[in-house]
Amino acid sequence: MTSIILLSVFGIANLFIGFTKSKRILLPLALLFLIVVFGVNLLSWNDTQTYFNNMITIDNYAVAFTGIMVLTTLLLIPFSQRYVEEGDSNLAEYYSLLLFSLVGAVMMVSYENIIMLFVGIEILSIAMYVVAGSNKKSLRSNEAALKYFLMGSFFTGILLFGIVLIYGATGTFNITEIGAAQIATDGVMSSMFILGLLMVVIGISFKISAAPFHFWAPDVYEGSPTFFTAFMSTVVKTAGVAAFFKLMAAAFAASYAAWFPTLIAITVLTLVVGNIGAVVQSSAKRMLAYSSISHAGYLLMSLIAFNSNSASSILFYSLSYASASIAAFGVLMLVADQKGSDKYEAFNGLGKSNPLLAFVMTVAMLSLAGIPLTAGFFAKFFVFSAVLEDPNMLWLVVIAVILAAVGIYYYFRVVIAMYMQPATNFEKVRVGSFASFTLIFITVLTLLLGIAPALINDLL
Amino acid sequence: MNQIPEVIRTIPLEYYLFFSTALFTIGVIGVLTRRNAIVIFMCIELMLNAVNLLLTALASYRADASAQVFVFFIMAVAAAEVCVGLAIIVMTYRNIRSTDVQLLNYLKW
Repeated sequence: MTSIILLSVFGIANLFIGFTKSKRILLPLALLFLIVVFGVNLLSWNDTQTYFNNMITIDNYAVAFTGIMVLTTLLLIPFSQRYVEEGDSNLAEYYSLLLFSLVGAVMMVSYENIIMLFVGIEILSIAMYVVAGSNKKSLRSNEAALKYFLMGSFFTGILLFGIVLIYGATGTFNITEIGAAQIATDGVMSSMFILGLLMVVIGISFKISAAPFHFWAPDVYEGSPTFFTAFMSTVVKTAGVAAFFKLMAAAFAASYAAWFPTLIAITVLTLVVGNIGAVVQSSAKRMLAYSSISHAGYLLMSLIAFNSNSASSILFYSLSYASASIAAFGVLMLVADQKGSDKYEAFNGLGKSNPLLAFVMTVAMLSLAGIPLTAGFFAKFFVFSAVLEDPNMLWLVVIAVILAAVGIYYYFRVVIAMYMQPATNFEKVRVGSFASFTLIFITVLTLLLGIAPALINDLL
Repeated sequence: MNQIPEVIRTIPLEYYLFFSTALFTIGVIGVLTRRNAIVIFMCIELMLNAVNLLLTALASYRADASAQVFVFFIMAVAAAEVCVGLAIIVMTYRNIRSTDVQLLNYLKW
């Protein structure tokens, strides 16, 4: 709760500080704000409290996911140094929008009432619509914002209609009471309830860009400025999956049989579309967009496992995916700014000109592909072992492993371009001190979690 | 003020359900078939208002205030969406001098 209040206050304060002449203060200040929120958030650990007439519950689940999302933003913010150097006049607004959207993300992992879930999703999404179009002169950014906005509000409507139908069937918005209402009727559910459940699943699947509701994701991720693409593909996805799992575990555990087949279909489709789609791309940024769809598939796998290991495997996967993804997008941002292209060829010869950047990118790619000694390996391992608690689901793990092997192909194209291809020009990519420190920190974190996964995995 | 829920209850709940579903479906069809961004946006608002209507009817049938409150939340959020959405449409119009969504096709796989 204090994290929600602090993020809102800091967001507003940040807007006012934006009036000052010097923009240099904004970046360190945003980092300071996030560090404060991160610390204050941890104080609620093992201290479950409910607020606002039982509309929000801050439990360990909420604290853990809030921590991950704030940490992700904290690691992302240093890459906005380019905006600082260019003297972008909207810098304060960008930081404030990120802080405000974090408020929505925190609400999405700590809600106890579907109203709060809806408000959280919207706070997060509306801020994202704005930042997707923050490059006002670029037609690609315009198109990304328009597509994201129209599609996003369309699926918000579907989500809302689903919520109303569930309310009509059960008579409550409280997720625990919705769960109790199904047990009271012995799992016999009206068609109204089933339809509502389906629409809610569709609405949230859209937000985490699961196929067949993924069609916006590659376009929006490619068109938006890379800095915000990184935020969308990490924080928004983490919040969406955490909210999805919380909803299913608290409200719809009794109707497991009703949504299980739908979710299996969505998961398999997401894995296939994400991995196959990424193979055929020529732009590294668009490849990362498709890879983010495929990672939504792996996250959904731990949701459909639906046992005591699900929460911790989602947590570990989110953290390892977010850290590797931030590093990948960060390096892509630096390289693309310098070379003016986000194709694979832009990475040619990076191993010679910038050994550090190339190493960071290699570790990130290995982690995303799930190679041992990186966090990504254990993330996939925990997800698969959670799914395998039910031996009948072996076929799903086999599909996922085959598609993960496909993933190695497209992640290694970047590595091969960096180390094997000759450089077209030997110009060194300039990296700011903040950014290089962050990249090293992320790499250390990725390798540390790859060696000692118990640091995070035992939390929930 | 107590009479209003009773007035609402004079019509059976099914009628509200079918009417809202019809409005919602018109909105969905509009979003899927129209090309003008502003018309699509109006259809989305139609979907949200169908939801509001159904919520109001359900609230008076169940004599439950929480659904009424949810209507206010939806209105507030829809207003925020209008702000951002119209700003995005205006920004796009300045660049391409049109609100036709099919003219924007720079991103494709």
